[in-house]
Amino acid sequence: MHKIESPEESRKLLDKIVSDLSQSMTKKDELTRFWFFILICFAAVGLWGWIIQVKNGLGVTGMGDYVSWGLYVANFVFFVAVSLVGLLISSVLQLLKISWAKPVSRAAEQIAIAAVALAGIIIVMDMGRPDRLLNVVFHGRFASPIVWDLTVVSTYLAISVLLFYIPLIPDLALLRDRPAPGLPGWKLKLYKVLALGWKGNEKQYKTVAHALRVLMVLIIPIGLSIHTVTSWLFAATLRPGWDSTIFGPYFVVGAFVAGTAAVVILMYVYRLRYGLKDYYQDVHFDNMGKLLVLVCLVYLYFNVNEFLVPVYKMKLADGVHLSTLFSGGYAFLFWFVQIVGLVLPVILIVMKPFRKPLPLTLISVVILVSAWFKRYLIVIPTMEHPFLPVQNVPDSFKHYQPTSTEIMIMLFSFFATLLIISILAKLFPVITIWEYAEEKGIDLKYLSEKSESSKS
Amino acid sequence: MKTLGATVGAAGLAGGSSLLSACNRVEQVNGDKITLLTSSGELVVVDRSQLKPAEIPSLTENQKRGREGLPGRSWVMVIDLSRCRNARECMRACQKHHQLRPEQHHINVLQMQDTEETAPYYMPKPCLHCDNPPCTKVCPVNATFKREDGIVLIDNERCIGCRFCIAACPYSARVFNWFEPIDADKYEGVTYNIEANVPQKKGTISKCLFSADRLRDGKLPSCVSACPNGVYWFGDRNEDAVTNGTTKETVSFSELVEKGAAYTLMKELGTKPRVYYLPPKDRAFPFEGDIS
Repeated sequence: MHKIESPEESRKLLDKIVSDLSQSMTKKDELTRFWFFILICFAAVGLWGWIIQVKNGLGVTGMGDYVSWGLYVANFVFFVAVSLVGLLISSVLQLLKISWAKPVSRAAEQIAIAAVALAGIIIVMDMGRPDRLLNVVFHGRFASPIVWDLTVVSTYLAISVLLFYIPLIPDLALLRDRPAPGLPGWKLKLYKVLALGWKGNEKQYKTVAHALRVLMVLIIPIGLSIHTVTSWLFAATLRPGWDSTIFGPYFVVGAFVAGTAAVVILMYVYRLRYGLKDYYQDVHFDNMGKLLVLVCLVYLYFNVNEFLVPVYKMKLADGVHLSTLFSGGYAFLFWFVQIVGLVLPVILIVMKPFRKPLPLTLISVVILVSAWFKRYLIVIPTMEHPFLPVQNVPDSFKHYQPTSTEIMIMLFSFFATLLIISILAKLFPVITIWEYAEEKGIDLKYLSEKSESSKS
Repeated sequence: MKTLGATVGAAGLAGGSSLLSACNRVEQVNGDKITLLTSSGELVVVDRSQLKPAEIPSLTENQKRGREGLPGRSWVMVIDLSRCRNARECMRACQKHHQLRPEQHHINVLQMQDTEETAPYYMPKPCLHCDNPPCTKVCPVNATFKREDGIVLIDNERCIGCRFCIAACPYSARVFNWFEPIDADKYEGVTYNIEANVPQKKGTISKCLFSADRLRDGKLPSCVSACPNGVYWFGDRNEDAVTNGTTKETVSFSELVEKGAAYTLMKELGTKPRVYYLPPKDRAFPFEGDIS
């Protein structure tokens, strides 16, 4: 890293960086408005679906006494999975001092916050009595994995918000001191409050660095536990397909696959929409592609273990479950997820041309979609095949078929996630300005200089 | 009038009804006679002068003693598979007692066949009231719990409807109130009886309770009493005595399970059920089910 000596050059470069990275906050056009309109509409329709569900009972979904967990729980697992990328990119890679990952960490943290928040909301929507949510606090039983899950998910959300906010403080002060043209007044006021009177002296930067280090270390056990505990919701039961000892690490690795793909997509969107070609460069996509190959391969290894070992033995109940996956009603979905969602991406991304931004993004979309179906396959087929025969109940109890209300509520969760990410991008820079400037060799003292406009 | 209906029991007159369960007045005939619906679902006409207020414990008292169970007892059930011919009287009596929808089964008579070569048979399957219950372990709010007398009960005033217990139960013994329960408006305002889990509540769990309310009154569970074929034996392991619901014959529990080569369902799961099965040997009735 070379240091830029001349103050003029530093200031000029800094101005350019600030103006580039304020794009997401200042850009105002029809498309932005349309995007928010769509998001809010769909989220509202989903909420309406939930009101119907609360009024009429969970019976408006396709669930029954046998498949008693459906889309919502699959969605919950998916969101917890996606959120785990915050741990991987903004903690593990940073602690390993992998410098290319720095500009990516903000996007990863946005995804982490939005996904884990929606994981919490969707699980409340799955409850038969959401009005009794606080019973978990008043009558909480320490022995129940749900109580552990609630504890770690809320802790993870809190740490993720801090990991998002603390590196943002110098940026907020920067934007307060040198407002980019086009920033509305209320945003400036917000920055002023959130900047907590940041002055930008060396001691403050040291405090921030220290706090971040502590949080990055803290989030590792918390992040690992959110997904491990989530996997125990299944692994703690006796059911074939869930009764597995490798579910913890299996879920964690699967989460890295889904999350990394999500970050690639978000990077591409930001790059395109806010003209951040110089910030999310081809090399970033190249590296993210390599990371994706790594996590996909580890996940494949776990899949081989999870499926081939029981299929070798074919215990009675396991056998029924595995046959539905391998050659029964879920075979298409199962092989799609394994081959198109995992094997094929690895083969493609290993080749350099496919690590270019556009191809990598397209592959990531496929990976993310199959990651969602993978969660569906984890939750539903097992419930369709309990130990004892399913008899004397309506046919709708025997095969799970999501209803439109259920799908509406699921769409709510997707659109609400995108809404949170969009709002975060609209309010705060999508790449940490001061970290980037420092990386470019600008002395941090220039950051706390007031701009001409704010002086006058 | 609603409160009168809810707090008046027809004990002593309406045989089979429980003091604890609320009776609902459905129709008034004239000044002297009154028609009442008993907790077992029968309509009875009684003289108004015979009515006295039942001692219905308050909700908190009810929940408290419901959690404690009957001291010194250890309830067990023995199901003689050789005697079941799928009459389904048990299922009907149970659904009436616990105010269940037709698709909700606390007890479900299944058609079973262990291997292709072996003969099919009917298997009534209540909750097995495991001594190592997977369901109560996972409950986040202690809404389902194991009592001293061995019964696994539910408090649907506390249940949050997460359905983790359904996922955890390997015997598919639990049901959920996906909609407003049957006759919800009829039972509106009736004090919740934890030992019968009535009135049912939307968004909460239900399952077999060994008719804990009837046990408190010294009666056999609904299903046991309703069986016309002598399938069920029910009793107290501490007393080493079980009574047949049809013949009312009482025998030694240990002798019955020993001589009959009784087994428990999927014992390899380590759940330690309290419901024992006598194998379907020398069956009293031919199998007439769908599988053959």
